[in-house]
Amino acid sequence: MIINHPLLGPRDAAEFTYLGDAGLIDRPDGMAENALPAFIDYGYLRDNVAGNHRELWFHEQGDRSWLVVTRHTVTHEITNVELASDVARKRGRSK
Amino acid sequence: MRFSGFKIIREGLSGHKGWDATWRDATPKSHYDHIIIGGGGHGLATAYYLARRYGKANIAVVEKGWLGGGNVGRNTTIIRSNYLLDGNEPFYELSLKLWEGLEQDLNYNAMISQRGILNLFHTDAQRDAYIRRGNAMLLNGADADLLTTDQIKNRYPFLNTKDARFPIKGGLAQHRGGTVRHDAVAWGYARAASLLGVDIIQNCEVTGLDIKNNKCVGVITTRGPIKGGKIACCVAGSSSRVMAMAGMRLPIESHVLQAFVSEGLKPLIPGVITFGAGHFYCSQSDKGGLVFGGDIDGYNSYAQRGNLPIVEDVCEGGMAILPNLGRLRLLRMWGGIMDMSMDGSPIIDKTPIENLYFNGGWCYGGFKATPASGLCYAHLLATDTPHETATAYRFDRFEKGLMIDEKGQGNQPNLH
Ligand SMILES: Cc1cc2nc3c(=O)[nH]c(=O)nc-3n(C[C@H](O)[C@H](O)[C@H](O)COP(=O)(O)OP(=O)(O)OC[C@H]3O[C@@H](n4cnc5c(N)ncnc54)[C@H](O)[C@@H]3O)c2cc1C
Repeated sequence: MIINHPLLGPRDAAEFTYLGDAGLIDRPDGMAENALPAFIDYGYLRDNVAGNHRELWFHEQGDRSWLVVTRHTVTHEITNVELASDVARKRGRSK
Repeated sequence: MRFSGFKIIREGLSGHKGWDATWRDATPKSHYDHIIIGGGGHGLATAYYLARRYGKANIAVVEKGWLGGGNVGRNTTIIRSNYLLDGNEPFYELSLKLWEGLEQDLNYNAMISQRGILNLFHTDAQRDAYIRRGNAMLLNGADADLLTTDQIKNRYPFLNTKDARFPIKGGLAQHRGGTVRHDAVAWGYARAASLLGVDIIQNCEVTGLDIKNNKCVGVITTRGPIKGGKIACCVAGSSSRVMAMAGMRLPIESHVLQAFVSEGLKPLIPGVITFGAGHFYCSQSDKGGLVFGGDIDGYNSYAQRGNLPIVEDVCEGGMAILPNLGRLRLLRMWGGIMDMSMDGSPIIDKTPIENLYFNGGWCYGGFKATPASGLCYAHLLATDTPHETATAYRFDRFEKGLMIDEKGQGNQPNLH
């Protein structure tokens, strides 16, 4: 598999380590009223789709940036790669 | 039809024309008391024990493909009960005991071979951990035997014991562990269940669950709707897809695991060997091919095939302990989809939806669990209480902080 890194261009997927569903970017608010169920959901439950999956990859053998990769879990076709920091910023986080 | 030595001789002399089909290929009826979704090892075993041990009738197993096309026919066939934690070890030991009597029970040759499994260790810390594990096994009535390097060299003279990057310091052996002919497990359970009246329905994919007022009353399939009393999901790598039909999200990710078979050799490896400093395990099939495997590919996958980096990784692990592998050619390789759970242990439980039950999260160790998984799931379906060896396999263990994490990796499915 080749991941087209937004800064470095096409890189072998073996340079990366995999974390999981990109929903992990949205860590719940620990002070909120519903923090407990929100954290159970965040920590343990996954959509685990057969289809397009947005997921976090870490460029461990490269520039050590986190990427959000949209990959099809049946064909492995990658249709989008973004820097995770850009994704978080678009949601108004980590200015 | 029962198998016997006499029958084989008679059929041998008369051109093998008197054998019946191994199981009835049923067409779906409109209603069953129990519908088991998934005709893998676990689903078939569940149907068998429901009928045999719990005396239930009117049972169907619905399978989207052909019997044995899932993980039950794709695994590397290793059975063992060498677990550490209390939630696991009694269950896996029950399973090993059931394997020991399975062929008589089913009247079917599953080629169960207790050739022993040996887990190598390479450091002092790893030895201490294996001693602890061995003691936990003994306390639960399993067998465990700590072997010295010399004892290992005696049995496996070709292992790289000295000048390796990870020298072999010893190993934990379970002599009752071994291998089983995986397809024969599916066929044996299917035949025995079919003889007890279970309908085995192939080429029948469940595409929807019929849920009314939070109660599951049937399944929608590619061969029409079927009403049911109790609906039992048992689909391994497809768990999240089927339970999504009930609006449930699971503590599971699906990952691909690969297996490899070399060209055939004369007898070389008498038992099962696992490498302790990387992920590699190997045995030799009765046809002579070395059967081996290692890690999962590591990212969510529903493709029943793997990618090349893991092929390299597994072969490197193999070369580290078995340098004589280097001359071999790979004959075949394939993949299967594993239901990797958040703590590496399975779930056999009711769901929040009435009459809907779930069995899954087997990771890459579910083949050895087949008999106990079937028995415990049948127990749950028949009595609505968990079997005594499966009380820890509940959905709510994650929110309660009661994870059964053998490897101590936390909620990271690809590391279990
Ligand atoms: C390469 C590899 C090596 C392995 N090695 C070992 C090993 O050495 N030891 C060990 O203990 N375990 C091993 N395993 C794990 C073991 O094979 C699995 O955990 C176990 O087989 C899973 O249970 P099962 O047999 O019921 O699964 P399966 O045989 O996969 O059964 C699930 C069935 O459900 C069906 N299904 C899915 N969706 C639907 C639907 N919508 N409607 C109807 N039917 C559906 C599928 O077609 C499938 O037949 C290995 C697995 C793999 C892939």
